[in-house]
Amino acid sequence: MPQIQIPSPLRQYAGKQASVNVPAKTVGEALVSLVSQHPELKRHLYNDDGKLRAFVNVYVNDEDMRYLQKEATALKDGDTISIVPSIAGGRCAAI
Amino acid sequence: MPTLSDVTTPETILSNDEILRYSRHLIMPEVGMEGQRKLKAAKVLCIGAGGLGSPLALYLTAAGVGTLGIVDFDVVDYTNLQRQIIHTTADVGRKKLDSAADKLKAINPFLNLRTFDMKLTSANALDLFREFDIVADGTDNFPTRYLVNDACVLTGKPNVYGSIFRFEGQASVFATADGPCYRCLYPEPPPPGLVPSCAEGGVLGILPGLIGVIQATETIKLILGQGDSLAGRLLLVDALGMKFRELKLRKNPDCPVCGTHRTITGLIDYDRFCGIRGQEAAPATGGNLSEISVEELKKKLDNKDDIFILDVREPHEYQICSLNGYLIPLGDLPKRISELDSSREIVAHCKMGGRSAKAVAFLQQSGFTKVHNLTGGITAWAERIDTKMPKY
Repeated sequence: MPQIQIPSPLRQYAGKQASVNVPAKTVGEALVSLVSQHPELKRHLYNDDGKLRAFVNVYVNDEDMRYLQKEATALKDGDTISIVPSIAGGRCAAI
Repeated sequence: MPTLSDVTTPETILSNDEILRYSRHLIMPEVGMEGQRKLKAAKVLCIGAGGLGSPLALYLTAAGVGTLGIVDFDVVDYTNLQRQIIHTTADVGRKKLDSAADKLKAINPFLNLRTFDMKLTSANALDLFREFDIVADGTDNFPTRYLVNDACVLTGKPNVYGSIFRFEGQASVFATADGPCYRCLYPEPPPPGLVPSCAEGGVLGILPGLIGVIQATETIKLILGQGDSLAGRLLLVDALGMKFRELKLRKNPDCPVCGTHRTITGLIDYDRFCGIRGQEAAPATGGNLSEISVEELKKKLDNKDDIFILDVREPHEYQICSLNGYLIPLGDLPKRISELDSSREIVAHCKMGGRSAKAVAFLQQSGFTKVHNLTGGITAWAERIDTKMPKY
């Protein structure tokens, strides 16, 4: 089963897990499965129009899915999907 | 980049003292006399003298980079010392530039140090970058990251990038002649509401050391023209798992600043681009949020009024200090709302007042009417009511 790696800023919305196994044949299915398992992740990964946010990159193994077939990219057993959000530093934002 | 013609100028000839100092470089064929003269001819600009800037500046100085510029306008604070190793306890309250300059000159008197006591802005970045060969980005916020990136692309200077968060870091080299830039990787910043808060922030003290040294390594490799640079690769460091991974980065043909049809040809307003107006200000919430000051709360507690204090911080923050409130971390509030009694007067607080404002807005939407936000959070309490309470 493909595995999605969850970066630490988003782990709190994924039951504090570092990785989640997803029964999926494409990247799109994997993300849908992830968000259905952990609904709180949705607003962090998708904008109001249901599109993946521009500061969240998705990689299949070491390749950016934007340069594969995006959400239609086929997955096989053992593939690793990484969600890589932009990070700026350790400063505490008052929110 | 320094060219060979720069290296053969008389100014880069090493004195006997310098030859002795750099002997462990000179006896390596990858550096040698030619490489050491390239280092001496090089001009590197370091943005920030903080967590990443500390190891960057220290190692570049020790390695013999001839000219090091540092931009910073900040003052050393006690909370910096856990990771910003160029500064010492005695430096608290001093300008970071002055503190850094003392250490760097002590390490290497041959350094030509240029300090810029200012905030890097769209008005000054291009002229400043033109005076250097390489820019090393040690900033800690999104507006400056995009500013550094765009200014590097526009002036043709490589951007040696490093970024840290909690236990994780990223490093790469952007804006080389054929390589991708930061916008190719991340076209847009996160909206301010999704930037990690106090509860999720923080950084392991060694992490900027780890990432800053990777940046220093990449800077030196660019100067020497040796090895495989991180251009086109994003290095991910997970210190907790002690895992290093790398991802492929590609130049985005649609990139607004370095792509084929460029829409950004000059620097823009980066605070606006990142949706920030006054970064230190608490975010705007609903509008009619009921606020209570720490003085008012103290009075009510002294009067033995029936007040239910709701602490929406994380358990590890509660261990540092508390108002003996009832702890429900903000993230758990929706599923634990039934633990609260809406008939009682509730004062919600967090560290600074931001998370508790969200909690109050949520509770109001859920039908609570007697719920107030403690303005300034437990930090205001520690500053104005109980000055013996630790601040963090």
